[in-house]
Amino acid sequence: MDWIQIGIVAAKIGFAVAFVMSIVPILIWGERKWSAYIQDRPGPNRAQIAGIRAGGLVHVLTDVVKLFMKEDVQPTAAMKAYWWVAPLIPMIVGLMTFTVVPWSSDFAIPAHSFGDWPAADLTIPMQVARINAGMLFILAFSSLSVYGIMLAGWGSNNKFSMLGGLRASAQMISYELAMGLSVVVMFLVYGTVRLDEIAQQQAGSIFNWGIFAPTGFIVGLIAFLIYWTSVLAETNRLPFDLPEGEAEIVAGYHTEYSSMRFALFFMAEYAHMIVGSTLTVTLFFGSYNIPFLRPETLQANIDGVLIALGCLGIPVNLFFAWLAWKRRRRVFYLSIRPDDPRQKEPKFWVAVWTMAALASAGLAVLGISRWVGMHLLAAETAVLLLHIGMLLVKVMFFCYVFVWIRWTLPRFRYDQLMNLGWRMMVPVAIANVLLAGIWVIIRETFLA
Amino acid sequence: MTQQVPGPEMTTGQKFYVREVLQGLWITLKHTVRNVLNADENFTIIDYPDVKKVMPERYKGAHRLTTRPDGKVKCVACMMCAQICPAKCITIEAGEDPDDPVEKYPVQFQIDMLRCIYCGFCVEACPKDAIRMDTGIYEINGFTRQDLIHDKAYMKDLKAGKKPLAEDWYREHPEDAPPGYDVKAPKLREGY
Ligand code: SF4
Ligand code: SF4
Repeated sequence: MDWIQIGIVAAKIGFAVAFVMSIVPILIWGERKWSAYIQDRPGPNRAQIAGIRAGGLVHVLTDVVKLFMKEDVQPTAAMKAYWWVAPLIPMIVGLMTFTVVPWSSDFAIPAHSFGDWPAADLTIPMQVARINAGMLFILAFSSLSVYGIMLAGWGSNNKFSMLGGLRASAQMISYELAMGLSVVVMFLVYGTVRLDEIAQQQAGSIFNWGIFAPTGFIVGLIAFLIYWTSVLAETNRLPFDLPEGEAEIVAGYHTEYSSMRFALFFMAEYAHMIVGSTLTVTLFFGSYNIPFLRPETLQANIDGVLIALGCLGIPVNLFFAWLAWKRRRRVFYLSIRPDDPRQKEPKFWVAVWTMAALASAGLAVLGISRWVGMHLLAAETAVLLLHIGMLLVKVMFFCYVFVWIRWTLPRFRYDQLMNLGWRMMVPVAIANVLLAGIWVIIRETFLA
Repeated sequence: MTQQVPGPEMTTGQKFYVREVLQGLWITLKHTVRNVLNADENFTIIDYPDVKKVMPERYKGAHRLTTRPDGKVKCVACMMCAQICPAKCITIEAGEDPDDPVEKYPVQFQIDMLRCIYCGFCVEACPKDAIRMDTGIYEINGFTRQDLIHDKAYMKDLKAGKKPLAEDWYREHPEDAPPGYDVKAPKLREGY
C-alpha cells in the first residue's frame, strides 16, 4: 500500500466523520424547529449574529458555547473508570458503523490520468471499508453502544441512572432480534450481506428498492416497518425512550453527566439517528441511487442532468427569494424598532437566494458547455457529488421522520414495549422471513 | 396493594399500532405543513419582548397613586391600606401639611413589590381612591431588591407605558429614590 492509497483512505475516513458530525448540529436545530412547527409555535428565534437569526440556527452555536462553559460535575461516589469511559462508547460506535455504508458508486480513475499515476486502472470504492461482512459488521457493532449506556448507568452510582441503564439493555436486546430478522429478509432478497452490492442492485427503477423487495411488496413493507420500529428502539428515541424517561427517572442513564460529557451522549443520539436513517435508506430506499437513473446512465448523460438541475434550481431559488422579500412585511418587522439589526434580515435572505439562483444558472451553463461530459474524471466527480447529495436528501428525510414520530407519539409503557417487541414484532418478523424465503424460491424458479 | 384498573381492550389490529400511528402522524403533518406555509397567522403567540401584550382593563398590575388636579397625591395617609395589606408591604410615613385643608399627606409611600401578592385589598380599602392597580404594567422586575421597592415619586400618577421601570426612574431622578438607594451603582441593563 503506497502513500496515495493511505491518503485516499484517510480522506474517506475524514469524509465519513464529517458527514455524520456536520448533520448533527443541523438535526439539533431541526428537532427544535420541526417540533415547534408541529406544535404551532415558532421555535427558537432569538439568537442572532449581526441581526441574522437564520431561523434559529444560531442557537446551535450558542449551545456549543454553553456546553463548553458549563461546569463538569463529577459525582464523588461514581465509579471513575466506568463513568469516564461511558460517554465515549456510543459516539465511537455510531461513527464506526458508518464505515461500511457506501455513499456512491465506485470512482474509477483510468490508468495514467495524472502523468504516470496511476500505473493501472484504479477503482476506489466509495465507502471507508469494503469488508465482506457488510451488514453483519453493523449489527455486531451497533449492539455495542448499549455498553456505553449500561456503564453510564452503573458507573454513576445512582438509582435513577441504573434503572435507565437496565431499561436500555433490556430494550436493546429485545429489539435487536426483530431488527436482525428484518435485515435477513433483505439478505434473502438480494442474496448478499454486503451493503455496496445491495446498493448496486437497487439502482434503476424504484421497484428495485428494498421496500418493494423486488417486488414481493408485502415482504419488503413488513420488513421495513419492523426495521424502522427497531431502529427507533435502538436509538432510544420516543416512543421508546424509556432509558431516559424524564417523567419517571429524571434523565435516566445520563442523569449524572454535565457539560461536554452530556453533550457526547446527546450528540451520540443524533449520530445514531443519522446512521439509522442511512442504513434504512441503504437497505430499503435505494441507497445513494437516484430513482430511474442508473450510475452508468447518469454518467453518460451528466450534461443533461446538470442542465435539468440548473433549470430547476433557478425558479425554485427565485421563488424563495420572492418569499423572503415578501416576509419583510411581517408583523414582526413592523413592530420592532426601525434601527433594530434584525431589520436587514429580509434583504440578507433575498441576497442569499438570488446567489443560489445564480449558482443554479452557472450549473446550467456548465451543462450546456458540455465540459463535464468531455472529461471523464469531471463526470465521475459530478456523479459522486450527485449521489452524495441524493443520499443526503434521503437521510435527512428519514431524520425528519424520526423527529416527526417523536413529537407525535406518547411514550410506551414498559410492559407495552416488551409485549410489542416479543409478542408482536418477533413472530411477525419470523413469519416474514419465511414469506420472503418462499417468495425468493418462487422468483428464482418460476420468474427467473 | 396495587390495583389493576382494566383499560379498554385493544383489538388485534390495534395491537400492531400501525394504523393508529399513521393517524397521529397525519395530524402532525397537517399542522407542520400549515405552519410552514403560513406561520404568522397560525401561531397564537406574541413575539415578547419585541411585541408586548396589552393587558385587559381590569388586570391588576403595578400600583399607582392618583393625583388631585393640583398635582398632589390624593392619599391622606390614613394607613387603611397599610393596615389591610396581608403581606404588610406598604410603608407610609405620614406628614402634616399646614397649607392643605386635608392636613395629612404621605411624606414617603413605599410598596415592596417583592412581598406584594397583588390581592388588591389596598385598592378596596382606600377611602380616597388614592391607590389603584390599573396601570397594566406586568413587567415588575429589577436587578436588585431596591429596584423593586416602588415609592411615591415613581407611583405618582403612573400610567401604562408612560414611565420607565422603577430602576431607570430612580437613576434619572436620584432625589426620588427611596432612602439608601445606590444611584451610582453601574447600570446592569442597556436599552429598554
Ligand atoms: S395588593 Fe395586596 S399585598 Fe399588594 S400592596 Fe395591596 S394590599 Fe398589599
Ligand atoms: S392610599 Fe388610600 S388607604 Fe392608603 S394611606 Fe393613602 S388614603 Fe389611606
